[in-house]
Amino acid sequence: MAKVVVVTSGKGGVGKTTTTASLGAALARTGDTVAVVDFDVGLRNLDLVMGAERRVVYDFINVAQGSVKLAQAMIRDKRIDTLWLLPASQTRDKDALTETGVARVIGELREKFDWVICDSPAGIERGATLAMRHADMAVVVTNPEVSSVRDSDRMIGLLDSKTEKAENGERIDKHLLITRFDVGRATRGEMLNIDDVLEILSTPLLGIIPESEEVLRASNLGAPVTLSSPASAPARAYIDAARRLSGEFVEMTIPSDKKNLIFKLFGRRAA
Amino acid sequence: MTLSRLFGRRGSAPVARERLQILLEYERGLNQSDLVATLRDEILATVSKYVTVEPDKVQVKVDRGDAVSMLEVDIEIPNPLARRQMAGSTGTATGAPKTDCGQSRAPEGSS
Repeated sequence: MAKVVVVTSGKGGVGKTTTTASLGAALARTGDTVAVVDFDVGLRNLDLVMGAERRVVYDFINVAQGSVKLAQAMIRDKRIDTLWLLPASQTRDKDALTETGVARVIGELREKFDWVICDSPAGIERGATLAMRHADMAVVVTNPEVSSVRDSDRMIGLLDSKTEKAENGERIDKHLLITRFDVGRATRGEMLNIDDVLEILSTPLLGIIPESEEVLRASNLGAPVTLSSPASAPARAYIDAARRLSGEFVEMTIPSDKKNLIFKLFGRRAA
Repeated sequence: MTLSRLFGRRGSAPVARERLQILLEYERGLNQSDLVATLRDEILATVSKYVTVEPDKVQVKVDRGDAVSMLEVDIEIPNPLARRQMAGSTGTATGAPKTDCGQSRAPEGSS
C-alpha cells in the first residue's frame, strides 16, 4: 500500500515541482516504485522538469474522467524504471478535475505504487486542496523568506483541517523542507535561519536544500537534480530528505558544494 | 557585505523573524475578517437591546500594533429628540409595512 505525499507551499516559485521530481527520483533510486502526479491543471510543469514533455499523450483529467485507463496516461522515466509520471492537463478549465475523479485515481495509484507524490499548484484554490485531500504525509516547501513562511503557516492550517485524514480525526504527517537556503547569508543575519523558521512554524524538519546553481541546471536539462548530478549539494540534501521520509534516521546537515567551500575559504582569507 | 559590516549595518533577519511572529500569532487565532464580522454582529445585537441602532451605522476596526492592538468600535446613535421624531413618524410606519409584507407573502407562498 502506497504512501501518498503532497508537496505543497501556498506560495509559488519556492520549489514544489523541483522537490517533487527530486524526492520522487531519490525514492525511486532505492528500488521503490514511485508515481509523481502533477495537480497543476492548466500550468503543468512537472513533465518539463522531469524531461518527459514530449512524451505526454494523455493526462490526469483524461484518467479522472474515465476516458482512458491509468496505465495509458502514466509515463515511465527513461532513466529509472521504477519512476512514473502522471502529467496534468493543459486545459484552461480548472473544474475539469472532480473530487470523485481524483479520489478514484489516487485510490488506483495507491494499489500500484509504493509512493504517490502529488505536486500541488500554488495558492489555496481547488487544485491545491484536491492535491492534499487524500495525502497521508505532507512536505511543506518553504523559503527562508517572510511571504513564504506566512503562506506555509496557512497551508499547515489547511492540512490540519481540510484533508481526509484531518476530517476523520487523524493527524496528517507534516514535514518542513527548507529550500534555497544560503548558509552564509543566514550566518550574517541577512536571512532567516533554520531555527527561526522551525520555531515559527513548529513543524518537524525534513531537510535543508542549499541554494545552488545545480537546481537550475537540472531543470534546464530536464532531469531531477538527484539524477543529473547526484553528488551535488542539493541532490545530497534531497537524497537525505527522501531517506528521512522513508522513516530512516539521517543526521541533519546542510551539504555544500566543494567548489563553494574552497571559494568561501579563499574569500574569507582575502577579506 | 564587508563595507556594510564596516558601517555596522545589522542583518535584517531578526526584523523578519519578529514581524512573522507577531503576524502569525494573530492570524492563527482567527481569520481577521471572521473576527471583525463576528464582533460587529455581537456588538450590534448587545447594543440594540438598549438603544435603537441602525446596522450600517456600526463600524468595527482592528489596528494591530507591536505591543498592543486597538479595537475601534464606532456606533452611531441618533439623538433622543431625533429618535422621538423618528419613532413618531417612521417608527410605526416601518413596523406596519413589514407585517403587511409578511401577511401578503404568506398566502402567495402557500397557495
